[in-house]
Amino acid sequence: MSRSINWRGMLQPWLEHVDLPLLKITALLMLVGLLTVFSATWSGQERMPSQLMNMTAALGLMFVVARIPPQRLMQLAWPMYLFGLVLLVLVMLFGIKVNGAKRWLSLGFTRIQPSEIMKIAMPLAMAWYFHHFENRRWFTKYLGALLILLVPSALIAKQPDLGTAILVFSAGFYVIFLAGLSWWVIGGLTAAAVAVAPFAWNFLHDYQQKRILTLIDPTSDPLGSGYHIIQSTIAIGSGGVIGKGYMTGTQAQLEFIPEKHTDFIFAVFAEEWGLIGNIILVVLYGFLIERGLRISLRANTTFNRLLAGAITMGFFTYAFVNMGMVSGILPVVGVPLPFISYGGTALVTLCTGLGILMSIEKHRTNR
Amino acid sequence: MSLFDDQDAAKRFQGRLSTASVLMLIAFFILILRFFWLGVVEHGYYQTRAEDNRLTLVPVVPNRGLIFDRNGVLMATNTSAYTLEVVPGLAGNIDETIEGLSKVVTIEGKDRRRFKQLLREAKTFESIPLRSRLSEEEVARFAAQRYKFPGVEVRARLFRSYPLGETGSHALGYMGRINTKDLERIDEEGQAANYRGTDHIGKTGLEQRYEFEMHGVSGFESVEVDAGGRGIRVLSRTPPVSGNNLNLTIDARLQQVAEQAFGKRRGALVAIDPENGEILALVSMPTYDPNLFVDGIRSDDWDVLNTDVNKPLLNRAIYGTYPPGSTFKPFMALGALTVGKRTPQQAISDPGYFNFGNHTFRDDKKGGHGMVNMYTSIVHSCDTYYYILANEWGIEGLSDFMGRLGLGSKTGIDIDGEAKGVLPSPAWKERRFKRPEQQKWYAGETVSIGIGQGYNSYTMLQLAQATAILANNGTGYKPHLVRSISDAQSGEVRQMPLEKTRDVALKPEHVEVIRNAMVGVNKEGTGTRAFAGAKYVAAGKTGTAQVFSLKGGTYSHGGTKEFLRDHALFIAFAPADKPKIALAVIVENAGFGATSAAPITRQVFDYYLQGVMPKGPAPDEPGEPMPEGRDVVHYVDPQDDDYDAQKALNTPMPGPFVQMPSTTSALPVRKKP
Repeated sequence: MSRSINWRGMLQPWLEHVDLPLLKITALLMLVGLLTVFSATWSGQERMPSQLMNMTAALGLMFVVARIPPQRLMQLAWPMYLFGLVLLVLVMLFGIKVNGAKRWLSLGFTRIQPSEIMKIAMPLAMAWYFHHFENRRWFTKYLGALLILLVPSALIAKQPDLGTAILVFSAGFYVIFLAGLSWWVIGGLTAAAVAVAPFAWNFLHDYQQKRILTLIDPTSDPLGSGYHIIQSTIAIGSGGVIGKGYMTGTQAQLEFIPEKHTDFIFAVFAEEWGLIGNIILVVLYGFLIERGLRISLRANTTFNRLLAGAITMGFFTYAFVNMGMVSGILPVVGVPLPFISYGGTALVTLCTGLGILMSIEKHRTNR
Repeated sequence: MSLFDDQDAAKRFQGRLSTASVLMLIAFFILILRFFWLGVVEHGYYQTRAEDNRLTLVPVVPNRGLIFDRNGVLMATNTSAYTLEVVPGLAGNIDETIEGLSKVVTIEGKDRRRFKQLLREAKTFESIPLRSRLSEEEVARFAAQRYKFPGVEVRARLFRSYPLGETGSHALGYMGRINTKDLERIDEEGQAANYRGTDHIGKTGLEQRYEFEMHGVSGFESVEVDAGGRGIRVLSRTPPVSGNNLNLTIDARLQQVAEQAFGKRRGALVAIDPENGEILALVSMPTYDPNLFVDGIRSDDWDVLNTDVNKPLLNRAIYGTYPPGSTFKPFMALGALTVGKRTPQQAISDPGYFNFGNHTFRDDKKGGHGMVNMYTSIVHSCDTYYYILANEWGIEGLSDFMGRLGLGSKTGIDIDGEAKGVLPSPAWKERRFKRPEQQKWYAGETVSIGIGQGYNSYTMLQLAQATAILANNGTGYKPHLVRSISDAQSGEVRQMPLEKTRDVALKPEHVEVIRNAMVGVNKEGTGTRAFAGAKYVAAGKTGTAQVFSLKGGTYSHGGTKEFLRDHALFIAFAPADKPKIALAVIVENAGFGATSAAPITRQVFDYYLQGVMPKGPAPDEPGEPMPEGRDVVHYVDPQDDDYDAQKALNTPMPGPFVQMPSTTSALPVRKKP
């Protein structure tokens, strides 16, 4: 027996639960992420090594989650959701205020952000709900779903953390949508949303209103909230078709792009790689989503289908909202670019999602 | 769950998934369209925006042109010095910053006061000097602690410096930081872009008049900056073009000799080359050190200069107007010859006074000078001769002739701040006064005009010019300070054109008479003592200008308050047969003209014609005994003519020589040497 066979034998239990296409696409995205984080931070506080550690940890978690069978995940759904909800209430009561937002709970040695848990707990709970209540009368069914959806979303939006609220809300909403919510209702809700929008406007915080206003006209506040959008669109536009080349983007290297290694990292990438790089990146996300949807399509229980579909569409939401805001067609909300933005929390959440997708794919035949 | 339900649900789910796929595809397509819009359609615009972000054009200030005297002696140059500068917009709390800095480098109270002053006038992001001329040690100490002081930096800057200090400062002028008024001037000249990086500008004198010759053309550096505005690297550089150098007509050593000759006395001296109008020396005493102004004068230095009773900032040579006294007589005589009122031989018998109406104009010599012809009238400065001449000639003709010599009008010298003086005439009086009884010209006034008193009031520049015209047989050139301008790069020299501004039709034989008489002054007359032993022949004339009416009182040189004493004047040229230098000098409150003024002239001539360095300030030669019973009044009014408020701002109040009641009606005049 050769040594290599021995290694494969040892890795076998891990690899057998891994979906290789998903892993490859993710690895490519993470590579882009590492390179771009390096480019954005080499001249100042170097972030690439710690991002590499974040990625290693998150991938490790992904392997672990991938081994958990979906039935077990189903059992975890409610406890996790309720746990998250309790924490959100605690945040509301005892949270730490940073920059005017109450988003964190202090555990003494560290701080946690409970809304992050909800990004996974919401689709889990919602999928569980529709799995078990699929045949109820649609009115009671959707009323329950609405409660599950709105309570945590509202708590998060109130922190305020509009970006996370959108991600949590959309994750839940995708489950409802995939479960077959009537188009009439969707149409009605959309119409109602449009009608209510002017009133809802008044419930937005000043800074949130400002972000939407500056989206319409960034020059109205060029040194304040418009500055981000102005500088990131300049970066994307000046990148042209083939880009300025790796590590030679002037907007990024000369510090004109704010938050350039986190939420606005796409501007750094786009400036360096141009339109061609942007299209390649969008196509990579497209492959990721395609693979996720395929897993969802092949899944053999309602829970698995809904969960896989919602998580996949969650990836889409991350990518679309982030690139949309950086390129100036969506308001600025705190949503990172998946697998590329610097930051451990987002990676952990994303890789948990990946692990769930893999678990669903690999445990399909077991049933 | 039935199989049917399951299949039905699966189908519905597939439908939803397809819908979602299509929506997501559309969303991604919109993103790509957006990227296409930014990166292809609008690429040019954003490219420009990115370049604008990254590039800043930093002006590079050119070296200011140097100033040399006629022999190439450096009079104004640029020296590099370290300054400690604060950008108020970046420095946070200014008081704390200064307090902190004072522990690192020496910052005196006057530095603070000057800084506060500049701060009030400055823009937020302008760099304001706190301390100039840091020592190497102070620079090192600051460098070690600079992280504590955002918005503070040490810069090596070029400063104007005047190696000769106080010498010639009234001609050179001084520099100062650009203020709002200067900005207007820069704008008018269309130089705004060229001055973007310039902090200092010529405020007075040649520095001001030739500002745009000496400034040069600013260069530019294209600098890559980061979002914080810090320069990262220089991408390209358009070098500045140094300003042009001025080559003056001034002889710096002669200037020094003349200034030293004054010692501590106040006064003015203008020396001109009669052949071309070049000003060899332009002295106003006391003088000041223009180096004090270079980077914003400290308020206590300013106070000292501005409140000094001796008015050092005042340019007496071109702005101070004085009655010419007896130095007027050679011109009177020349005019009389020219218009045919007198021949050289005509003589009068001088009883020592001249009765006009019911008033007696007295000569300074009791009993008179006896028989006086033109020669003796000048040599001994006989008043009666000129009382009679003026009365006979009449004010109109007299005034016309003096006007042709340039008296009472600006010479057009190439620095600002020239006063016009007063050439009295009935027309002038009518303009000058408001009430009809004041406007009327009295014949008695003409009489005192004849001896250089009365309303007569001229600058030393005008008097020197008139002397030069006389010395040059009637031809006068515009007095000027700049001989040529040379290009610092190419070395190309541009001569300033000679401007013939005066052409008085004089007969050579008439000029010869006056020349002889003025030589006689220094040989056997009032200037004898001052010119004893001179190895050249100098022509001259003494004069005394009365400052104040001692109504009925007795004048005694020693007993009068200093500022009320007479001014001593002297005009001269030499060598008499082929004049190389003509000058006019006044020593304020010095008494008789032969004291002080003539000895100063002697030292100036000795140096200029023979290279003899004087051993010290010119001596006060005891003059002729002071006559008694003086009650002569003259009228000087600088508020007259084209005195303008603009210049007054740059010029301190006129000196103590102008304290005449200007509205008193004409009084008769008596006597003076």
